[in-house]
Amino acid sequence: MNLLRPDLIEHLPRLRRYARALTRDVTQADDLVQDTLERALVKLDLWRPGTDLRAWLFTLMHNLFVNQVRANKPLETDLDTAQDIPVNGGQMDAMALRDIHTALGRLPAEQREVILLVGLEQFGYAEAARILDVPLGTVMSRLSRGRERLRQLLAGEEIDAKVVKLKVIK
Amino acid sequence: MNAFDEDTLHAYVDGMLNETKRLEVDAWLAGHPDDAERVRAWIAQNQALHAAFDPVLNEPLPLELVRATRRQRPAISRLWRAAASMAVLAVTGLAGYGLGLRSAEPEIIARMPRDAALAHVVFSPEQRHPVEVDAAHAEHLVKWLSKRLGAQLAPPDFTAQGFELLGGRLLTGGNGPVAQFMYQSADQRRITLYVRRAAGGNADTSFRHARENGVEVFYWIDQDMGYALSGAIARAEMQRLADAAYRRIGR
Repeated sequence: MNLLRPDLIEHLPRLRRYARALTRDVTQADDLVQDTLERALVKLDLWRPGTDLRAWLFTLMHNLFVNQVRANKPLETDLDTAQDIPVNGGQMDAMALRDIHTALGRLPAEQREVILLVGLEQFGYAEAARILDVPLGTVMSRLSRGRERLRQLLAGEEIDAKVVKLKVIK
Repeated sequence: MNAFDEDTLHAYVDGMLNETKRLEVDAWLAGHPDDAERVRAWIAQNQALHAAFDPVLNEPLPLELVRATRRQRPAISRLWRAAASMAVLAVTGLAGYGLGLRSAEPEIIARMPRDAALAHVVFSPEQRHPVEVDAAHAEHLVKWLSKRLGAQLAPPDFTAQGFELLGGRLLTGGNGPVAQFMYQSADQRRITLYVRRAAGGNADTSFRHARENGVEVFYWIDQDMGYALSGAIARAEMQRLADAAYRRIGR
């Protein structure tokens, strides 16, 4: 029996990065990672060797995240839960980092997930569709709406709710 | 020229177009400032996401999460702990019976090869972020890690053995900070040197060997510091490398 699970450990840094961006909270993010790993160990027999383990782990995390969002609050309120997150210095100045944190928090969870899977985690569109269990067209429309909304948020534009609503077309 | 649909512009931003198509979009954007402006903003978003969240990749891994990646088998791990404490008894017996060792210290030694192998397995496959500070900033790297560990470190030179210093990073391991130095050979093989404090009256130990899930680990204690050299390469070669490190650090 292997005491080490190198297959899962290798994915740990990236699972943490995605969870952090998704929740924008260190504790919440690591709890999500922990739940994901626990579930992965229980279900590891269901994972088919030869398929992408990383995508499978992200699928598990997505399902857990969706359940949490559903249990805690309706998706609507997620729009207003932008948090101020302390930032650690990096290549960008603190202001820009806080902006992206805040802007992400203002995106609906479903758009945030697509933007992060594609833009940060560099999954292909079809892979993102499989992880989220939605059609490819839905991934593309969420990506499009999410990026446009993020652009407006980062540009400091006031978003007119009606305008956004009009853009919600698949 | 035809206008491109929204999906194609996103695929352009995400680097998913082939060369021909990419050049076509380039040409289109040159003449259409509105589209070019949107595309620029989307690219900036991707860059901002990386700038904001890539540092998470370099954070010390919380041990609870590392443990959560292992199958829970209480019976086995109890057995393991028992075996580990037996080993500790043997070690302390050699080091001098009844010296009043603090109980936490021997455990650090017993766990060192496993922790070192874990740290090796986590970071050595990394392509983009194998190290936190690269070898180009060697002086800064050594100063920084020495300060965090509270001891003057000097990563050994393995040039004669064909391995160059890639850089290093700071991890957490149980009770304190751990420095990891990573080296790479011309054929891209990697070894890591794991260094942590192991103070508490332990005498220096001799050179020991462990094999952890395919990773060869050689480890020892020298002047209150614990060292472990890990690599997924043949034991004989690892032994030569570890010998070199042991001799250099011991000087």
